Amino acid sequence: MADLIEIILFASAVLTMAAIVFAALRFLMGPTAADRTAAFDTLTIISISIIAMLAQYFGRIIFIDVAMIYGILSFIGVVAVARYLEGGL
Amino acid sequence: MEILRLAGAIIVFIGSVFLFLGGLGLLRMPDVYNRIQAGTKATTLGSMCVFIGLGIYHPALLSRMLVLLAFIVITNPISSHALARAAHFAGVKLVKGSVCDRLEVEEAEDAASGSPDPIGNDTINDDRPAGDLGGGG
Repeated sequence: MADLIEIILFASAVLTMAAIVFAALRFLMGPTAADRTAAFDTLTIISISIIAMLAQYFGRIIFIDVAMIYGILSFIGVVAVARYLEGGL
Repeated sequence: MEILRLAGAIIVFIGSVFLFLGGLGLLRMPDVYNRIQAGTKATTLGSMCVFIGLGIYHPALLSRMLVLLAFIVITNPISSHALARAAHFAGVKLVKGSVCDRLEVEEAEDAASGSPDPIGNDTINDDRPAGDLGGGG
């Protein structure tokens, strides 16, 4: 049972890393700036999930605070870039 | 207790499948608006499932996971909406084959009738004096 749980968690981490690879490809390819910003937003959300998984894996609760600050900074960054693309900054 | 950990791991796996699909949609969708749609909705649901699953798996983390979940659920739609609106005003076109663009239709109708824009964007079509926030018709 414990082995099965470990395998399931490892498989979820691998799937999430594949999602990070796809989003990073879009971040590098994206033809417009809005594409890159959307890819950045998605990368941040996926990274927050990865950090939460690492907090569970290492047993360090402080990683979740790191994830929350990362999310706040990403939100402010995306809104600022969106405002800049719109022409209002 | 073991069955609770198994349930948490399975919920984390479901969430990671949604994260994977979000990344795949971000790579494969044809234009900016579809990419924002795929990359935001699927990853919001996926990260919700990951947080809830980790909270069930490890109950000491549950309260912080709920705070993080509430934060993600509040801020992620706001940033994607701001981004889609910015892409529209920056002139990014929809993919060929899109059915309609309601924001463009509304802008055309407002330009035809001469009323101030209801969107309240005073930086793009700035033909009003400063300080006039469009109160009157």
